[in-house]
Amino acid sequence: MNLGRTFATTGRILTQIRHDPRTIGLLLVVPSLLIGLMSWLFADTPVFDAVGPAMLALFPFIVMFLITSISTLRERRSGTLERLLTLPISKLDFILGYAIAFGLLAILQASVAVGFSVWVCGLAIKGSIWLLFTVALADAVLGTTLGLLASAFARTEFQVVQFMPALVFPQVLLGGIFLPRANMPDVLYSISDWLPLSHAIDALNALSTGSEDDAYVGGKLLIIAAFAVGAVLLGALTLRRRTP
Amino acid sequence: MNYSAAVQIADLHVTRGSRKVFDGLDLTVPRGALVGLLGPSGGGKTTLMRAIVGVQKVASGTVTVLDSPAGSPGLRYRVGYTTQSATVYDDLTVRQNLNYFRSILGAPRSDVDRVIEETDLGDHAGELVGALSGGQQSRASLAAALLGSPELLVLDEPTVGLDPVLRAELWTLFRRLQNGGTTLLVSSHVMDEATRCDRLLLMRMGEILADETPDGLLALTGTTTAEDAFLSLIASDNQRRNRQRRAEEEL
Repeated sequence: MNLGRTFATTGRILTQIRHDPRTIGLLLVVPSLLIGLMSWLFADTPVFDAVGPAMLALFPFIVMFLITSISTLRERRSGTLERLLTLPISKLDFILGYAIAFGLLAILQASVAVGFSVWVCGLAIKGSIWLLFTVALADAVLGTTLGLLASAFARTEFQVVQFMPALVFPQVLLGGIFLPRANMPDVLYSISDWLPLSHAIDALNALSTGSEDDAYVGGKLLIIAAFAVGAVLLGALTLRRRTP
Repeated sequence: MNYSAAVQIADLHVTRGSRKVFDGLDLTVPRGALVGLLGPSGGGKTTLMRAIVGVQKVASGTVTVLDSPAGSPGLRYRVGYTTQSATVYDDLTVRQNLNYFRSILGAPRSDVDRVIEETDLGDHAGELVGALSGGQQSRASLAAALLGSPELLVLDEPTVGLDPVLRAELWTLFRRLQNGGTTLLVSSHVMDEATRCDRLLLMRMGEILADETPDGLLALTGTTTAEDAFLSLIASDNQRRNRQRRAEEEL
Protein backbone atom coordinates (compact mmCIF):
# COMPACT_ATOMS: atom_id res chain seq x y z
CA MET A 1 0.00 0.00 0.00
CA ASN A 2 1.18 3.49 -0.80
CA LEU A 3 -0.71 6.59 0.30
CA GLY A 4 0.65 8.67 -2.58
CA ARG A 5 -0.91 6.32 -5.12
CA THR A 6 -4.13 6.05 -3.14
CA PHE A 7 -4.55 9.83 -3.05
CA ALA A 8 -3.48 10.18 -6.69
CA THR A 9 -6.33 7.81 -7.54
CA THR A 10 -8.76 9.73 -5.33
CA GLY A 11 -7.74 12.99 -7.00
CA ARG A 12 -8.10 11.49 -10.46
CA ILE A 13 -11.64 10.23 -9.71
CA LEU A 14 -12.70 13.57 -8.25
CA THR A 15 -11.31 15.39 -11.30
CA GLN A 16 -13.31 13.05 -13.53
CA ILE A 17 -16.47 13.82 -11.59
CA ARG A 18 -15.73 17.55 -11.69
CA HIS A 19 -15.99 17.31 -15.46
CA ASP A 20 -19.51 15.95 -15.04
CA PRO A 21 -21.46 18.62 -13.14
CA ARG A 22 -24.80 16.95 -13.80
CA THR A 23 -23.73 13.89 -11.83
CA ILE A 24 -22.68 16.10 -8.92
CA GLY A 25 -26.05 17.87 -9.04
CA LEU A 26 -28.00 14.62 -9.09
CA LEU A 27 -25.85 13.19 -6.35
CA LEU A 28 -26.50 16.09 -4.03
CA VAL A 29 -30.13 16.80 -4.83
CA VAL A 30 -31.83 13.46 -5.48
CA PRO A 31 -31.83 12.04 -1.92
CA SER A 32 -33.17 15.33 -0.56
CA LEU A 33 -35.89 15.49 -3.22
CA LEU A 34 -37.03 11.98 -2.32
CA ILE A 35 -37.03 12.75 1.39
CA GLY A 36 -38.98 15.94 0.66
CA LEU A 37 -41.48 13.90 -1.33
CA MET A 38 -41.94 11.50 1.59
CA SER A 39 -42.54 14.34 4.01
CA TRP A 40 -45.11 15.93 1.68
CA LEU A 41 -46.82 12.60 1.02
CA PHE A 42 -47.31 11.98 4.74
CA ALA A 43 -47.82 15.65 5.63
CA ASP A 44 -50.69 15.29 8.11
CA THR A 45 -49.72 11.93 9.58
CA PRO A 46 -47.06 10.79 12.06
CA VAL A 47 -45.59 8.50 9.38
CA PHE A 48 -42.78 10.81 8.25
CA ASP A 49 -41.36 11.10 11.75
CA ALA A 50 -41.45 7.30 11.95
CA VAL A 51 -39.85 6.46 8.58
CA GLY A 52 -37.97 9.71 7.84
CA PRO A 53 -34.82 8.66 9.76
CA ALA A 54 -34.73 5.39 7.83
CA MET A 55 -34.91 7.34 4.56
CA LEU A 56 -31.69 9.10 5.58
CA ALA A 57 -30.07 5.69 5.67
CA LEU A 58 -31.70 4.43 2.53
CA PHE A 59 -31.35 7.02 -0.21
CA PRO A 60 -27.66 7.91 0.22
CA PHE A 61 -26.90 4.19 0.56
CA ILE A 62 -28.65 3.30 -2.70
CA VAL A 63 -27.34 6.27 -4.69
CA MET A 64 -23.74 5.69 -3.63
CA PHE A 65 -24.03 1.95 -4.27
CA LEU A 66 -25.17 2.58 -7.82
CA ILE A 67 -22.70 5.25 -8.87
CA THR A 68 -19.73 3.45 -7.34
CA SER A 69 -20.53 0.08 -8.84
CA ILE A 70 -21.12 1.56 -12.26
CA SER A 71 -18.03 3.76 -12.30
CA THR A 72 -15.71 0.93 -11.26
CA LEU A 73 -17.35 -1.37 -13.78
CA ARG A 74 -16.76 1.28 -16.43
CA GLU A 75 -13.09 1.25 -15.49
CA ARG A 76 -13.03 -2.52 -15.89
CA ARG A 77 -14.81 -2.47 -19.24
CA SER A 78 -12.80 0.37 -20.77
CA GLY A 79 -9.50 -1.40 -20.11
CA THR A 80 -8.10 1.33 -17.87
CA LEU A 81 -8.21 -1.09 -14.93
CA GLU A 82 -6.17 -3.61 -16.91
CA ARG A 83 -3.63 -0.91 -17.69
CA LEU A 84 -3.48 0.16 -14.02
CA LEU A 85 -2.91 -3.41 -12.93
CA THR A 86 0.19 -3.59 -15.17
CA LEU A 87 1.51 -0.57 -13.25
CA PRO A 88 2.92 -0.44 -9.72
CA ILE A 89 -0.39 0.32 -7.96
CA SER A 90 -1.60 -2.13 -5.34
CA LYS A 91 -5.14 -3.43 -5.47
CA LEU A 92 -5.85 -1.91 -2.08
CA ASP A 93 -4.59 1.50 -3.30
CA PHE A 94 -7.06 1.32 -6.16
CA ILE A 95 -10.05 0.30 -4.02
CA LEU A 96 -9.20 2.76 -1.24
CA GLY A 97 -8.75 5.53 -3.81
CA TYR A 98 -12.32 4.94 -4.91
CA ALA A 99 -13.66 4.56 -1.37
CA ILE A 100 -12.08 7.88 -0.29
CA ALA A 101 -13.21 9.78 -3.41
CA PHE A 102 -16.81 8.68 -3.11
CA GLY A 103 -16.61 8.93 0.67
CA LEU A 104 -15.81 12.64 0.28
CA LEU A 105 -18.79 13.03 -2.04
CA ALA A 106 -20.84 11.14 0.53
CA ILE A 107 -19.96 13.76 3.15
CA LEU A 108 -21.45 16.46 0.93
CA GLN A 109 -24.46 14.36 0.10
CA ALA A 110 -25.16 13.39 3.72
CA SER A 111 -24.84 17.03 4.84
CA VAL A 112 -27.40 18.15 2.30
CA ALA A 113 -29.78 15.28 3.08
CA VAL A 114 -29.58 15.67 6.87
CA GLY A 115 -29.87 19.47 6.72
CA PHE A 116 -32.83 19.28 4.37
CA SER A 117 -34.63 16.61 6.44
CA VAL A 118 -34.20 18.42 9.73
CA TRP A 119 -34.51 22.08 8.79
CA VAL A 120 -36.80 21.99 5.76
CA CYS A 121 -38.92 18.87 6.29
CA GLY A 122 -38.98 19.28 10.07
CA LEU A 123 -37.82 15.78 10.91
CA ALA A 124 -37.94 15.52 14.72
CA ILE A 125 -34.56 14.55 16.17
CA LYS A 126 -34.24 14.07 19.94
CA GLY A 127 -30.63 12.86 19.82
CA SER A 128 -27.47 14.54 18.56
CA ILE A 129 -27.68 15.91 15.04
CA TRP A 130 -23.92 15.28 14.66
CA LEU A 131 -24.41 11.61 15.35
CA LEU A 132 -27.31 11.60 12.90
CA PHE A 133 -24.98 13.06 10.27
CA THR A 134 -22.25 10.54 11.13
CA VAL A 135 -24.64 7.61 10.73
CA ALA A 136 -25.96 8.96 7.41
CA LEU A 137 -22.36 9.39 6.24
CA ALA A 138 -21.37 5.91 7.39
CA ASP A 139 -24.30 4.61 5.36
CA ALA A 140 -23.24 6.39 2.22
CA VAL A 141 -19.70 5.05 2.67
CA LEU A 142 -21.14 1.58 3.20
CA GLY A 143 -23.06 1.95 -0.08
CA THR A 144 -19.79 2.95 -1.78
CA THR A 145 -17.84 -0.02 -0.45
CA LEU A 146 -20.60 -2.55 -1.23
CA GLY A 147 -20.84 -1.05 -4.71
CA LEU A 148 -17.09 -1.59 -5.15
CA LEU A 149 -17.48 -5.18 -4.07
CA ALA A 150 -20.53 -5.81 -6.27
CA SER A 151 -18.78 -4.50 -9.36
CA ALA A 152 -16.10 -7.15 -8.87
CA PHE A 153 -18.71 -9.81 -9.59
CA ALA A 154 -20.31 -8.09 -12.57
CA ARG A 155 -19.06 -8.41 -16.12
CA THR A 156 -21.61 -6.11 -17.78
CA GLU A 157 -23.63 -3.00 -16.98
CA PHE A 158 -26.81 -5.10 -17.02
CA GLN A 159 -25.43 -7.39 -14.34
CA VAL A 160 -24.31 -4.60 -12.08
CA VAL A 161 -27.73 -2.96 -12.20
CA GLN A 162 -29.28 -6.31 -11.19
CA PHE A 163 -27.11 -6.32 -8.08
CA MET A 164 -29.17 -3.41 -6.82
CA PRO A 165 -32.35 -5.45 -6.29
CA ALA A 166 -30.30 -8.52 -5.31
CA LEU A 167 -28.11 -6.91 -2.65
CA VAL A 168 -29.98 -3.78 -1.64
CA PHE A 169 -33.70 -4.60 -1.66
CA PRO A 170 -33.50 -7.47 0.86
CA GLN A 171 -31.75 -5.07 3.23
CA VAL A 172 -34.50 -2.52 2.70
CA LEU A 173 -37.27 -5.08 3.24
CA LEU A 174 -35.69 -6.54 6.37
CA GLY A 175 -34.29 -3.27 7.70
CA GLY A 176 -37.35 -2.42 9.76
CA ILE A 177 -38.97 0.22 7.56
CA PHE A 178 -41.99 -1.81 6.53
CA LEU A 179 -42.27 -3.75 9.74
CA PRO A 180 -40.36 -3.06 12.97
CA ARG A 181 -37.62 -5.65 13.26
CA ALA A 182 -38.92 -6.79 16.66
CA ASN A 183 -42.20 -7.93 15.07
CA MET A 184 -40.55 -10.07 12.38
CA PRO A 185 -40.60 -13.88 12.26
CA ASP A 186 -37.60 -15.18 14.25
CA VAL A 187 -35.68 -16.43 11.23
CA LEU A 188 -36.04 -13.14 9.37
CA TYR A 189 -35.09 -11.23 12.52
CA SER A 190 -31.87 -13.26 12.79
CA ILE A 191 -31.11 -12.66 9.12
CA SER A 192 -31.75 -8.95 9.44
CA ASP A 193 -29.26 -8.86 12.31
CA TRP A 194 -26.57 -9.76 9.77
CA LEU A 195 -27.51 -7.03 7.31
CA PRO A 196 -25.66 -3.72 7.79
CA LEU A 197 -28.57 -1.51 6.77
CA SER A 198 -30.68 -2.84 9.68
CA HIS A 199 -28.15 -1.47 12.14
CA ALA A 200 -28.04 1.87 10.34
CA ILE A 201 -31.82 2.18 10.52
CA ASP A 202 -31.80 1.12 14.20
CA ALA A 203 -29.26 3.84 14.94
CA LEU A 204 -31.18 6.54 13.08
CA ASN A 205 -34.46 5.56 14.76
CA ALA A 206 -32.78 5.63 18.16
CA LEU A 207 -31.46 9.13 17.43
CA SER A 208 -34.80 10.47 16.30
CA THR A 209 -36.80 9.07 19.24
CA GLY A 210 -34.02 9.47 21.81
CA SER A 211 -34.83 5.93 23.00
CA GLU A 212 -31.20 4.83 23.37
CA ASP A 213 -27.99 6.47 24.56
CA ASP A 214 -25.06 7.53 22.40
CA ALA A 215 -23.10 4.38 23.27
CA TYR A 216 -25.81 2.32 21.55
CA VAL A 217 -25.49 4.46 18.41
CA GLY A 218 -21.69 4.20 18.63
CA GLY A 219 -21.97 0.41 18.72
CA LYS A 220 -24.17 0.45 15.63
CA LEU A 221 -21.68 2.76 13.88
CA LEU A 222 -18.91 0.26 14.61
CA ILE A 223 -20.95 -2.51 13.02
CA ILE A 224 -21.51 -0.42 9.88
CA ALA A 225 -17.81 0.48 9.75
CA ALA A 226 -16.86 -3.20 10.11
CA PHE A 227 -19.03 -4.08 7.11
CA ALA A 228 -17.49 -1.22 5.09
CA VAL A 229 -13.91 -2.30 5.94
CA GLY A 230 -14.80 -5.92 5.17
CA ALA A 231 -16.20 -4.93 1.78
CA VAL A 232 -13.03 -2.95 0.93
CA LEU A 233 -10.75 -5.86 1.88
CA LEU A 234 -12.90 -8.40 0.07
CA GLY A 235 -13.07 -6.08 -2.95
CA ALA A 236 -9.26 -5.86 -3.03
CA LEU A 237 -8.99 -9.65 -2.67
CA THR A 238 -11.40 -10.34 -5.52
CA LEU A 239 -9.58 -7.97 -7.87
CA ARG A 240 -7.35 -10.09 -10.10
CA ARG A 241 -4.32 -8.90 -12.00
CA ARG A 242 -4.49 -11.92 -14.25
CA THR A 243 -7.76 -12.62 -16.03
CA PRO A 244 -8.72 -15.41 -18.45
CA MET B 1 19.81 -18.55 -19.78
CA ASN B 2 19.84 -16.16 -22.70
CA TYR B 3 20.66 -12.76 -21.27
CA SER B 4 20.22 -10.99 -24.58
CA ALA B 5 16.50 -11.84 -24.67
CA ALA B 6 13.96 -9.23 -23.57
CA VAL B 7 11.17 -11.81 -23.71
CA GLN B 8 11.65 -15.56 -23.57
CA ILE B 9 8.61 -17.80 -23.82
CA ALA B 10 8.82 -21.56 -23.41
CA ASP B 11 6.05 -24.11 -23.88
CA LEU B 12 3.25 -21.65 -23.20
CA HIS B 13 -0.28 -23.01 -22.98
CA VAL B 14 -3.22 -20.61 -22.76
CA THR B 15 -6.88 -21.53 -22.87
CA ARG B 16 -9.65 -18.97 -23.21
CA GLY B 17 -13.06 -20.46 -22.62
CA SER B 18 -13.00 -23.82 -24.41
CA ARG B 19 -10.52 -22.63 -27.04
CA LYS B 20 -6.81 -23.38 -26.88
CA VAL B 21 -5.12 -20.13 -27.91
CA PHE B 22 -1.58 -21.42 -27.40
CA ASP B 23 -0.64 -25.08 -27.29
CA GLY B 24 3.06 -25.06 -26.51
CA LEU B 25 4.32 -21.72 -27.85
CA ASP B 26 8.05 -20.91 -27.87
CA LEU B 27 9.26 -17.43 -28.69
CA THR B 28 12.16 -15.05 -28.16
CA VAL B 29 12.21 -11.27 -28.49
CA PRO B 30 15.83 -10.08 -28.62
CA ARG B 31 16.79 -7.18 -26.40
CA GLY B 32 17.08 -3.78 -28.02
CA ALA B 33 15.20 -4.74 -31.17
CA LEU B 34 12.10 -3.35 -32.83
CA VAL B 35 10.04 -6.47 -33.36
CA GLY B 36 6.81 -6.61 -35.35
CA LEU B 37 4.13 -9.09 -34.36
CA LEU B 38 1.98 -9.58 -37.41
CA GLY B 39 -0.84 -11.80 -38.46
CA PRO B 40 -4.56 -12.04 -39.00
CA SER B 41 -6.99 -10.97 -36.27
CA GLY B 42 -7.92 -13.69 -33.82
CA GLY B 43 -4.51 -15.30 -34.21
CA GLY B 44 -3.41 -14.76 -30.62
CA LYS B 45 -1.44 -11.51 -30.90
CA THR B 46 -3.32 -9.75 -28.09
CA THR B 47 -3.26 -12.84 -25.85
CA LEU B 48 0.50 -13.09 -26.35
CA MET B 49 0.97 -9.45 -25.36
CA ARG B 50 -1.27 -9.89 -22.33
CA ALA B 51 0.83 -12.87 -21.28
CA ILE B 52 4.01 -10.81 -21.60
CA VAL B 53 2.71 -7.95 -19.44
CA GLY B 54 1.35 -10.48 -16.94
CA VAL B 55 -2.40 -9.91 -17.09
CA GLN B 56 -3.23 -13.11 -18.97
CA LYS B 57 -4.03 -16.22 -16.99
CA VAL B 58 -1.84 -18.99 -18.40
CA ALA B 59 -2.40 -22.73 -18.07
CA SER B 60 1.31 -23.67 -18.11
CA GLY B 61 4.68 -22.69 -19.47
CA THR B 62 7.11 -19.89 -18.66
CA VAL B 63 7.14 -16.28 -19.80
CA THR B 64 10.37 -14.52 -18.81
CA VAL B 65 10.52 -10.76 -19.31
CA LEU B 66 13.77 -8.84 -18.74
CA ASP B 67 15.05 -11.85 -16.78
CA SER B 68 12.07 -11.94 -14.37
CA PRO B 69 8.85 -13.96 -14.55
CA ALA B 70 6.15 -11.98 -16.42
CA GLY B 71 3.96 -9.99 -14.06
CA SER B 72 6.61 -9.66 -11.30
CA PRO B 73 6.13 -6.48 -9.26
CA GLY B 74 9.53 -5.10 -10.36
CA LEU B 75 8.52 -5.32 -14.02
CA ARG B 76 5.62 -2.94 -13.53
CA TYR B 77 8.11 -0.05 -13.67
CA ARG B 78 10.06 -1.47 -16.59
CA VAL B 79 7.41 -2.53 -19.10
CA GLY B 80 5.08 -0.12 -20.92
CA TYR B 81 1.87 -1.49 -22.42
CA THR B 82 -0.93 -0.17 -24.57
CA THR B 83 -4.03 -2.17 -25.40
CA GLN B 84 -5.69 -2.03 -28.79
CA SER B 85 -8.36 0.44 -27.69
CA ALA B 86 -7.11 3.63 -26.12
CA THR B 87 -7.04 3.02 -22.37
CA VAL B 88 -7.02 6.52 -21.00
CA TYR B 89 -9.84 8.28 -19.19
CA ASP B 90 -12.31 9.97 -21.56
CA ASP B 91 -13.39 12.49 -18.94
CA LEU B 92 -9.90 13.79 -18.18
CA THR B 93 -7.66 15.98 -20.31
CA VAL B 94 -4.57 14.47 -21.90
CA ARG B 95 -2.37 16.18 -19.33
CA GLN B 96 -4.53 15.09 -16.38
CA ASN B 97 -4.38 11.50 -17.64
CA LEU B 98 -0.62 11.62 -17.96
CA ASN B 99 -0.19 13.27 -14.56
CA TYR B 100 -2.18 10.47 -12.96
CA PHE B 101 -0.24 7.65 -14.62
CA ARG B 102 2.99 9.50 -13.88
CA SER B 103 2.22 9.62 -10.17
CA ILE B 104 1.32 5.91 -10.16
CA LEU B 105 4.69 5.14 -11.75
CA GLY B 106 6.60 7.61 -9.62
CA ALA B 107 8.19 8.97 -12.82
CA PRO B 108 9.75 12.46 -12.86
CA ARG B 109 7.33 15.37 -13.43
CA SER B 110 9.19 16.43 -16.55
CA ASP B 111 8.18 13.12 -18.17
CA VAL B 112 4.69 14.44 -18.88
CA ASP B 113 5.95 17.19 -21.18
CA ARG B 114 8.43 14.83 -22.79
CA VAL B 115 5.83 12.22 -23.78
CA ILE B 116 3.36 14.89 -24.94
CA GLU B 117 6.04 16.15 -27.28
CA GLU B 118 7.05 12.67 -28.42
CA THR B 119 3.48 11.83 -29.40
CA ASP B 120 2.91 15.27 -30.92
CA LEU B 121 -0.05 16.05 -28.65
CA GLY B 122 1.12 19.52 -27.60
CA ASP B 123 -1.88 21.25 -29.19
CA HIS B 124 -4.34 18.95 -27.44
CA ALA B 125 -2.79 18.54 -23.99
CA GLY B 126 -5.54 20.58 -22.34
CA GLU B 127 -8.47 18.91 -24.12
CA LEU B 128 -10.66 16.15 -22.75
CA VAL B 129 -9.64 12.80 -24.25
CA GLY B 130 -13.28 12.05 -25.07
CA ALA B 131 -13.33 15.08 -27.39
CA LEU B 132 -10.27 13.96 -29.39
CA SER B 133 -10.21 11.96 -32.61
CA GLY B 134 -9.57 8.22 -32.49
CA GLY B 135 -5.99 8.66 -33.63
CA GLN B 136 -5.31 11.33 -31.01
CA GLN B 137 -6.82 9.11 -28.32
CA SER B 138 -4.56 6.22 -29.24
CA ARG B 139 -1.56 8.57 -29.17
CA ALA B 140 -2.60 9.73 -25.70
CA SER B 141 -2.70 6.08 -24.65
CA LEU B 142 0.75 5.55 -26.18
CA ALA B 143 2.05 8.65 -24.38
CA ALA B 144 1.01 7.10 -21.06
CA ALA B 145 3.00 3.96 -21.91
CA LEU B 146 6.13 6.04 -22.56
CA LEU B 147 6.09 7.55 -19.04
CA GLY B 148 9.00 6.44 -16.92
CA SER B 149 10.99 5.40 -20.03
CA PRO B 150 10.31 1.65 -19.79
CA GLU B 151 12.93 -0.78 -21.09
CA LEU B 152 10.33 -2.83 -22.94
CA LEU B 153 7.31 -1.45 -24.78
CA VAL B 154 4.48 -3.81 -25.67
CA LEU B 155 2.17 -2.00 -28.07
CA ASP B 156 -1.00 -3.65 -29.37
CA GLU B 157 -1.95 -2.18 -32.76
CA PRO B 158 -0.73 1.36 -31.96
CA THR B 159 -1.14 2.52 -35.57
CA VAL B 160 -4.63 1.16 -36.21
CA GLY B 161 -6.98 3.76 -37.65
CA LEU B 162 -4.23 6.35 -38.17
CA ASP B 163 -3.62 8.15 -41.44
CA PRO B 164 -0.41 7.34 -43.35
CA VAL B 165 1.38 10.50 -42.18
CA LEU B 166 0.78 9.77 -38.50
CA ARG B 167 1.65 6.11 -38.99
CA ALA B 168 4.98 7.10 -40.49
CA GLU B 169 5.61 9.52 -37.61
CA LEU B 170 4.90 6.84 -35.03
CA TRP B 171 7.25 4.38 -36.71
CA THR B 172 9.92 7.10 -36.69
CA LEU B 173 9.29 7.48 -32.95
CA PHE B 174 9.52 3.70 -32.43
CA ARG B 175 12.83 3.66 -34.29
CA ARG B 176 14.13 6.56 -32.20
CA LEU B 177 13.16 4.74 -28.99
CA GLN B 178 14.89 1.60 -30.27
CA ASN B 179 18.02 3.62 -31.01
CA GLY B 180 17.88 4.79 -27.41
CA GLY B 181 18.03 1.16 -26.22
CA THR B 182 14.33 0.35 -25.76
CA THR B 183 13.00 -3.02 -26.88
CA LEU B 184 9.68 -2.74 -28.71
CA LEU B 185 7.15 -5.42 -29.56
CA VAL B 186 4.57 -3.85 -31.86
CA SER B 187 1.58 -5.72 -33.24
CA SER B 188 -0.13 -4.81 -36.46
CA HIS B 189 -2.23 -6.39 -39.12
CA VAL B 190 -1.00 -3.92 -41.73
CA MET B 191 1.60 -5.97 -43.56
CA ASP B 192 3.45 -3.06 -45.17
CA GLU B 193 4.52 -1.92 -41.70
CA ALA B 194 6.57 -5.11 -41.51
CA THR B 195 9.45 -3.60 -43.43
CA ARG B 196 10.00 -1.02 -40.69
CA CYS B 197 10.93 -3.67 -38.11
CA ASP B 198 14.22 -5.38 -37.25
CA ARG B 199 12.51 -8.72 -36.84
CA LEU B 200 9.11 -10.08 -37.70
CA LEU B 201 7.00 -12.65 -35.94
CA LEU B 202 4.14 -13.92 -38.04
CA MET B 203 1.50 -15.44 -35.85
CA ARG B 204 -1.51 -17.37 -37.00
CA MET B 205 -3.91 -19.60 -35.07
CA GLY B 206 -1.68 -19.46 -32.01
CA GLU B 207 1.47 -20.56 -33.82
CA ILE B 208 4.53 -18.66 -34.99
CA LEU B 209 4.78 -19.24 -38.74
CA ALA B 210 7.91 -17.17 -39.21
CA ASP B 211 10.53 -15.51 -37.02
CA GLU B 212 12.74 -13.66 -39.49
CA THR B 213 14.25 -10.36 -40.53
CA PRO B 214 12.20 -8.59 -43.24
CA ASP B 215 14.82 -9.46 -45.87
CA GLY B 216 15.09 -13.01 -44.62
CA LEU B 217 11.35 -13.40 -44.95
CA LEU B 218 11.39 -12.25 -48.58
CA ALA B 219 14.28 -14.60 -49.36
CA LEU B 220 12.56 -17.51 -47.59
CA THR B 221 9.37 -17.12 -49.55
CA GLY B 222 10.86 -15.91 -52.84
CA THR B 223 8.59 -12.89 -52.90
CA THR B 224 9.20 -9.16 -53.28
CA THR B 225 6.69 -7.59 -50.87
CA ALA B 226 5.85 -8.32 -47.25
CA GLU B 227 2.21 -8.81 -48.18
CA ASP B 228 3.07 -11.51 -50.74
CA ALA B 229 5.45 -13.15 -48.31
CA PHE B 230 2.69 -13.48 -45.73
CA LEU B 231 0.18 -14.77 -48.24
CA SER B 232 2.68 -17.39 -49.35
CA LEU B 233 3.42 -18.42 -45.75
CA ILE B 234 -0.27 -18.66 -44.97
CA ALA B 235 -0.88 -20.75 -48.09
CA SER B 236 1.83 -23.21 -47.13
CA ASP B 237 0.52 -23.26 -43.56
CA ASN B 238 -2.91 -24.16 -44.93
CA GLN B 239 -1.39 -26.98 -46.97
CA ARG B 240 0.45 -28.27 -43.92
CA ARG B 241 -2.73 -28.19 -41.82
CA ASN B 242 -4.68 -30.00 -44.53
CA ARG B 243 -2.03 -32.72 -44.84
CA GLN B 244 -2.02 -33.08 -41.08
CA ARG B 245 -5.80 -33.39 -40.99
CA ARG B 246 -5.84 -35.98 -43.77
CA ALA B 247 -3.12 -37.98 -42.00
CA GLU B 248 -5.17 -37.91 -38.80
CA GLU B 249 -8.29 -39.01 -40.66
CA GLU B 250 -6.46 -41.96 -42.21
CA LEU B 251 -5.32 -43.18 -38.82
